[in-house]
Amino acid sequence: MADTLERVRKIIVDRLNVDPSEVTLEAGIKEDLGADSLDVVDLIMELEDEFEMSIEDEDAEKITTVGDIVEYINKNK
Amino acid sequence: MLTGKVAVVTGGSRGIGRAVAITLAQAGADVAIFYAGNRAAAEQTIAEIEKAGRKGLALQVDVSMAEQVESAMKEVMASFGRIDILVNNAGITRDNLLMRMKEEEWDQVIDTNLKGVFLCTKAVTRTMMKQRSGRIINISSVVGVMGNPGQANYVAAKAGVIGLTKTTAKELASRGITVNAVAPGFIETDMTAVLEEDLKQQMLGAIPLGRFGSAQDVAEAVKFLASDASAYITGQTIHVDGGMVTS
Repeated sequence: MADTLERVRKIIVDRLNVDPSEVTLEAGIKEDLGADSLDVVDLIMELEDEFEMSIEDEDAEKITTVGDIVEYINKNK
Repeated sequence: MLTGKVAVVTGGSRGIGRAVAITLAQAGADVAIFYAGNRAAAEQTIAEIEKAGRKGLALQVDVSMAEQVESAMKEVMASFGRIDILVNNAGITRDNLLMRMKEEEWDQVIDTNLKGVFLCTKAVTRTMMKQRSGRIINISSVVGVMGNPGQANYVAAKAGVIGLTKTTAKELASRGITVNAVAPGFIETDMTAVLEEDLKQQMLGAIPLGRFGSAQDVAEAVKFLASDASAYITGQTIHVDGGMVTS
């Protein structure tokens, strides 16, 4: 879990240009971290590469917080 | 000018698409062409690309079929490793007066000329977004701006391409991808060779520059839009029509 969060955090910090401390499990990707819809698509693509998995569009739509991402990855990888 | 770039040109076996493919190759790009059915013509285009010292790849693709488009783009990636330029040129005509136009004639033209642009664009966005750069050039038509009797399907598709171009440009601008349209006027190709002589003469009268265009005229505009020189231009329609439409 911790390891997944760290890897996710690194990608989010890199992509969204936010401070690592802002990337908590509760943080909303759009609301708190300021991502627009294209950023989210971008992020999903990065995550797919990083974790060598594919995230279906229907699943991607349900992801709103950093915690959702971590949970999804741990469940599906 | 385009050294190290990889281009995909749909409808690249003949006409404007062939001229574009060869011109991009001469400017330094490796070029994959999609063709509908004329393998011999596609191979001729590839031979010209190779003569320019670049790599060529011909793939038979129905651009209106999502699966075919996606697997073809994957093949291009497998062969060339990147896609920098997409030229959506594939197009067909099924001319008829609106009142006589069959539903299939409408659907076929919309599917190839408009949906095909959507599918091919969608299939490269992921690659281009990751690269943080890309050039998409959609071939529209002067008739998409002016209208033309007997071509309701073709005109609707080509006008649709202009709207699609503007929207795609806005969606992808923040990722360094530019999207523009080129609207050729009357260009001498197989597609226009079938038109009647008196119609041609009538059209000539409507062209301020007093001549029909060549596929090369169009290819030069595409080459500019495919290059770094056009970096600050997006969402535009460049008319290559001898002055038929002035905006």
